[in-house]
Amino acid sequence: MTPALALAQQSAAVEVGSGSNAFLEGLVAALGAYLPMWALWLGAAVTGVAIVMGLISLIAMFSVWLERKVAGHIQCRYGPMYVGWHGWLQSIADGVKLLLKEDMIPRDADRVLFMLAPALVLAAIVAAMAAYPLAPGVFFADIDLGVFFVIAMSSMTTIGVVMAGWASNSKWTVFGAMREAAQVVAYEIPLGVALLVPVMVAGTLNMREASEMQSGWYGMGWFMFKNPFMLPAFVLYFIAALAETKRAPFDLPEAESELVAGFMTEYSGIRWSFFFMEEYAAMFLMSALAAVFFLGGFESPLTWAAGEFFGRELFVKGASGATELNLQAIPYHAVAGLTLLVKSFAGIFLMMWLRWTLPRVRVDQVMTMGYKYLTPLALVCAIGAALWEAGKQALLG
Amino acid sequence: MANEVTKTMPPSTRLRQTDVGEVTVDIRTPDLEINFGPQHPATHGVMRVLMRTDGELVTGAQPHLGYLHRCAEKIGENVEWLQYLPYTDRYDYLASMNNNLGYSLAVEALLGVEIPRRATLIRIICAELNRIGSHLVAFGTYGLDIGAFTPFLYCFREREWMMALFEKICGARLTYSYIRIGGVFNDAPPGWFEEVARFCDVFEQKWPEYVDLLLVNQIYVKRTANVGVISREMALDFGLTGTMVRGSGIDWDLRRDMPYMCYGEIWRDGAFKIPVAKGEMGALGDCWDRSWVRVMEMMESIKIVRWCLDHMVDGPVIGELPKTLKVPAGEAYVGIENPRGELGHYVVSDGGKVSVRTRVRGPSFCNLAVLEDILPGALVGDAIAIIGSTDIVVGETDR
Repeated sequence: MTPALALAQQSAAVEVGSGSNAFLEGLVAALGAYLPMWALWLGAAVTGVAIVMGLISLIAMFSVWLERKVAGHIQCRYGPMYVGWHGWLQSIADGVKLLLKEDMIPRDADRVLFMLAPALVLAAIVAAMAAYPLAPGVFFADIDLGVFFVIAMSSMTTIGVVMAGWASNSKWTVFGAMREAAQVVAYEIPLGVALLVPVMVAGTLNMREASEMQSGWYGMGWFMFKNPFMLPAFVLYFIAALAETKRAPFDLPEAESELVAGFMTEYSGIRWSFFFMEEYAAMFLMSALAAVFFLGGFESPLTWAAGEFFGRELFVKGASGATELNLQAIPYHAVAGLTLLVKSFAGIFLMMWLRWTLPRVRVDQVMTMGYKYLTPLALVCAIGAALWEAGKQALLG
Repeated sequence: MANEVTKTMPPSTRLRQTDVGEVTVDIRTPDLEINFGPQHPATHGVMRVLMRTDGELVTGAQPHLGYLHRCAEKIGENVEWLQYLPYTDRYDYLASMNNNLGYSLAVEALLGVEIPRRATLIRIICAELNRIGSHLVAFGTYGLDIGAFTPFLYCFREREWMMALFEKICGARLTYSYIRIGGVFNDAPPGWFEEVARFCDVFEQKWPEYVDLLLVNQIYVKRTANVGVISREMALDFGLTGTMVRGSGIDWDLRRDMPYMCYGEIWRDGAFKIPVAKGEMGALGDCWDRSWVRVMEMMESIKIVRWCLDHMVDGPVIGELPKTLKVPAGEAYVGIENPRGELGHYVVSDGGKVSVRTRVRGPSFCNLAVLEDILPGALVGDAIAIIGSTDIVVGETDR
């Protein structure tokens, strides 16, 4: 396992101390008499990773299907129609095909790095995904540095991409890898700085806490409406996220018409699908971050209503003092989780819409945009938001 | 020596005017030689360009041809006059009607046969519809080169109808062999002209979509303006024709300047204009100008088709010709305005059933020569934009 996964496991393990890891507690109650504690911890961590992997696969499969349908309808055609209702099983058919394909490694490639690169890319995104809160009371890892963790992990995928480009021993892949490196370096800064704006308002990097803070105004107390610098910051964040996830119009690392398939040129079969999965998982995570920090996260009037009606606490102290599952609150958590999912997929839809509409920008234009426009503008937003908040505090106390 | 790039930029001249200003490339590393093609998504076939790159900067380029050579001209000297016609379909497979027309006109120039008026008008309708189809592919795939996928399918939506029209008139969708020596193969089926008129109406409604979606798209303009500039002098020096030369601001169109069939009449009627680039978005003769010319020409072709539909007459569609065609001795050169430029056919006959010499001047081939001079100094992304803007069809460069 890579350091990324180890870190994810660690942060999952940290939860045990705070007593909110219901899964582990249940495990201890059931098997504590038979197995040592470390085995239970490991079991809980492995199960968590398996669930995250499953979630990523599901999201990637659904996104691929969605992408093909969106592309189809934008382009006056239907997209997949044959496998299942409106082709909804298409991704599974594709997955089977990819699994059955011959695993090709070019003769002159660096075999170790070539095989390691897709694994690293996937591991990094799985680790990042651990910070995604499923519902207010259901999460893999309640990381206090959530945003920081997600950004750090998703930029680790860049290392995998550069590795893949170099190891393939092809000129086109090296071009793709270098473009990816340059692009991520250029866009990581505006991405982080633009995210600082809501983080500053929230006062926390924890995704779940940030979401909870937006529950005012009957579920419409989104950070987006709390500060005039939020909307520009959101736009900047979204543009930077497009570049970060290699999506059009910033899909230079894999620019099909220029670099054949960029860093993925020599990959095929299941290894190629790892890169593919990473792309969609990264899109999802970036959209989820946007949803949590700009668009209210779990909160919507519907969530608020569900919370009022069903109650919000998923775990309550029972009569005996032990933590008990509060079944009544499940609908609230389901509504909240779905709200965040819908918001995240709205972001993904926007990314797809852009991809199938816009031409690709040139490499120097990407750099110009990142360094000359996005970074200064993001800094202006951050400073402006800070002054606004300080002024608000000074005036209103 | 075949793999040497002959024209490489000396290091001292490696300056580039970018959006940022002048950037000096001063870190010296050995240039990377990279084979762009023959199997590459953006070469529009099997062309190979050997590029020398310094990072993202292209410092030298050498196009290599011949991967699709099928000895078309030599075949022309071994088969009978009429039998050669299907081979003409295959050089520029996006504009087969025009190729048929060029060859037919060249042979007819030797034959001196009277072409019925109805045949001439149907020929012009077919040639212009095919020009629209060809420009749709050129513009759509150019968008694809720039990275926009959707406009390509919008273009193909209209092209599909154009091909359906041809299917109705001759049964084929790509290689028509419909325009024959002496006229056209057969008359249009009932209702065909009405459908062509409907196509014209619909096309006029759809055309603004291409302009809005791609041509004036800010990213597209940024990608193509000031890229691959071919000056007027350069265009003349390289003998560029068609959209390439009009994209460099030279008003030259064989349909008006060396009229064949009844194009002269249509021009004098004021039915169509010849779009000449004015350098609206950047320097005159850049990639944007060339794509602008193509988009504008589609509408002019619609006007020509409309004129022909309005002036349609009844009568035979093929002239009186013997079953075994013997062409009087002599030689003839006829150049016509293909979608890609001047398609010239030079045929020599000794009075027999077979041509003595068949020679084709392919516009893509001649236009391609300019690549070697405009590619150095471009970025890799620009290089794709430039190659796409020359709108070559490899079937024709190699023949």
